[in-house]
Amino acid sequence: MADRHLAPDTPELRARWGMFAWTKPNAKMARAIIARYPPGRQRSAVMPLLDLAQRQVGADTNTQGWLPIPVMEFVARELDMPAIRVVEVASFYTMYNLVPVGRFHVQVCGTTPCMLRGSDDIMAACKARGMAKGGVSADGLWTLTEVECMGNCASAPMVQINDDNYEDLTPERLDAVLDALAKGKTPKPGTQQPGRHTIEPIGAPTNLAAMVSANYDYRGEW
Amino acid sequence: MPRLTVDGISIEVPQGATVLQACELAGKEIPRFCYHERLSIAGNCRMCLVEVKPGPPKPQASCALPAAEGQEVRTYSAMVKAAREGVMEFLLINHPLDCPICDQGGECDLQDQSIAYGRGKTRYHEHKRAVTEKYMGPLIKTAMTRCIHCTRCVRFSEEVAGVDEIGALYRGETMQITTYLERAAKHELSANVIDLCPVGALTSRPYAFEARPWELKKTLGIDVSDAMGANIRIDSRGREVLRILPRINDDVNEEWLSDKARYQVDGLTARRLDRPFVRRDGKLVAASWDEAFAAIAALNPGAWIAAIAGDLVDCETMFAAKKLANALGSTLLEGRQTGLAYDATNLAAVNFNTTFAGIETADCILIIGSNLRTEAPLLNVRLRKAVKAGAKVFIVGPEWETTYKAKFLGDDAALLGDLPGKAGKAMTAAARPAIIVGGGGLAKGALAPALALAATWGVVRTLADGGAWNGFNVVHMAASRMGGLMLGYAQAGGIADVVAAKPKLVLALGADEVEYAKFADSTVVYIGHHGDKGAHGADVILPAAAYTEKPGTYVSTEGRVQFADKAVFAPGDAREDWTIIRALADALKVKVGFDNFAGLRAAMVAEVPALGVEGLVDYGALSAAPSGAAASGRIAYPIQDFYLTNPIARASATMQRCSAELLHGVDFAEAAE
Repeated sequence: MADRHLAPDTPELRARWGMFAWTKPNAKMARAIIARYPPGRQRSAVMPLLDLAQRQVGADTNTQGWLPIPVMEFVARELDMPAIRVVEVASFYTMYNLVPVGRFHVQVCGTTPCMLRGSDDIMAACKARGMAKGGVSADGLWTLTEVECMGNCASAPMVQINDDNYEDLTPERLDAVLDALAKGKTPKPGTQQPGRHTIEPIGAPTNLAAMVSANYDYRGEW
Repeated sequence: MPRLTVDGISIEVPQGATVLQACELAGKEIPRFCYHERLSIAGNCRMCLVEVKPGPPKPQASCALPAAEGQEVRTYSAMVKAAREGVMEFLLINHPLDCPICDQGGECDLQDQSIAYGRGKTRYHEHKRAVTEKYMGPLIKTAMTRCIHCTRCVRFSEEVAGVDEIGALYRGETMQITTYLERAAKHELSANVIDLCPVGALTSRPYAFEARPWELKKTLGIDVSDAMGANIRIDSRGREVLRILPRINDDVNEEWLSDKARYQVDGLTARRLDRPFVRRDGKLVAASWDEAFAAIAALNPGAWIAAIAGDLVDCETMFAAKKLANALGSTLLEGRQTGLAYDATNLAAVNFNTTFAGIETADCILIIGSNLRTEAPLLNVRLRKAVKAGAKVFIVGPEWETTYKAKFLGDDAALLGDLPGKAGKAMTAAARPAIIVGGGGLAKGALAPALALAATWGVVRTLADGGAWNGFNVVHMAASRMGGLMLGYAQAGGIADVVAAKPKLVLALGADEVEYAKFADSTVVYIGHHGDKGAHGADVILPAAAYTEKPGTYVSTEGRVQFADKAVFAPGDAREDWTIIRALADALKVKVGFDNFAGLRAAMVAEVPALGVEGLVDYGALSAAPSGAAASGRIAYPIQDFYLTNPIARASATMQRCSAELLHGVDFAEAAE
């Protein structure tokens, strides 16, 4: 997170993104988003609009998308608010990419539960495939970021790739997911453990086992 | 009106007060960084923690906690002491220990409060955060590693200045304060963030490494860069003025100051006239005082003398020159150098009657021919407050970038006779309507139609609560204007009358905006301090004192009489203006009736008693509008370059750079350090 920074505001950047405008479906969507908020409070739509803009940039560049300065200024104009306020929001949340990313943005969770379950191996597997933190890989497919807890501790370790989570990973399972993505397939999101559906206990329940079949009052045993 | 106890002292505080304000009312000092009386409450520095009962058993941020009935506040319990020490320790974790090379040293809130409320030692041995420098323009020097993220500067630019250009990027430990894309801060009050900054993150660039605050002599003065009469503190060392800071005066400048008033000081040492000059064979050559006076006496002007007052002169100078002219039998006095010739027989009609504090409460304002951002930036701040409170603003004149919602009606002065229905309706419906006429409007004869409109709308009225309301205002740009008008520096036809009278001798009192070509047949004696336009057009130059170098009386555009003290001596052979005029009287063999400054002031007060009393002058009732008066022509604003409006600013390297960089877009590469 500490290395987040804005992409430099160069004439090339202006030339590439200065004419940014909503596509027709996105324009409709933007209107619908702005209409969610009461009159005079349109600025509240800044976060969904930034997300929409990031996705449109992604569609334009066939990547996960990012927010060039001229695009943020476009959002500011749409909402009639100062550009600095938009940049403040965009730079605060890590979900907004401030620099170009690859087709797949691999966000490896490295917080304690994931680390205990082997996130170091996951990270190493990513690096072994040629990804480097913060940058885009040579083939333009991958951007690697280490992130903090994504809330999937029960199925650690996990990575988030674009909009989907892949959990219960081992280096092999991760390779399978990444290979599938690279081939243009859509691997099943969620847990990669065979036989597991979501985050239910693997095998038989170990805690509150007496509650499985019927309601049971544990209070006497406390 | 909740009643609470602070450290055992029982006090009653106004409804809506915070615990911090209650503590201050009880005489307790609460340390703070982010809280500022004139900004919104942020509550992010946590330095103002106190113990409050009833409430959760933990310290509470007093700045954001409403005072409530029956609260028991402790400001110096063991819990509070520990909390303050803890907060201070956290703030200092990432604050560099560079006080010896920091310009804030000696006037730093963090320094003072860490002495008073912090632990003696550090327990932190890890690496400190470092932040890259941010460019904020020619006036603000940044050292962002020192920033403690109080966000006062962000709130100032958003709330007071009305220009959103400073923001806090990123988050948490990596949060950084910056201007948008590190462009220069481009509004006329930008340097106030330097005063607001509680640490040395934002310091003054022109004043960098000049002096420590304890070396400076502090003199109370009045600003002359516009007609607001902002209260200033002149900090000088030896014979040099090093900086100017605002003084708090809620009726005038609150605690802000325009960039020009603050940073024209380096002009006080440049292009100075430090010896008399006399024109010989078309060239100005240095002379002694005796030679200069002899040259003037040889003219033997008799009654053919005129005095033209410049924009920066004090009342004493104008009064002395008036006495000299009167002694010679002349009443040719004029101060409106650029040819304005509005009717000045009723001073209430050319005064800012609502007062600066009062205009905040107006609910509908019509501005006629004034770009307030350049002509009176501090007044613009007041208008922004009025608009935030719900006032409507209509402007007749070319469009300018307002810092509040305003409707431009058009730039033709003739509009005053035929205002769009909406503006007229809003003014008629308003409870506290106000009209502001600026220099651009005065030039097109808007004063009389504005008075007619004032009568139509009844802007002078008794309010529902019984208070008096006078909504008719004229905003001037010259610090000397109201004082000059009070002393009779106004001819019916303006300066054209002076030209037509063909005086043999013209006393130019720091008058630098006059077209001297029109006085080709007269001998122009320039009594002033800078080698500017006035000196170029002069035949004799008598070097005088600038506003920091003489005591003086100034009347602001709201008719407020204020006294300034002398901070330093004028350079070289230059003398205080009144002594020059007194000596000139001897050379011309007339008596002016005073021999010292006290005598001069006493004579002035005897003639115009209002000038002897600090405060607002009562100019009486507003005159009726002359019938059938109409304004016409496209309004143009008199100030083209905000940073270069007077001879001091024009001589200032800082102001020249501001003008080039901020107004004309010249790119100044940052020198590598």
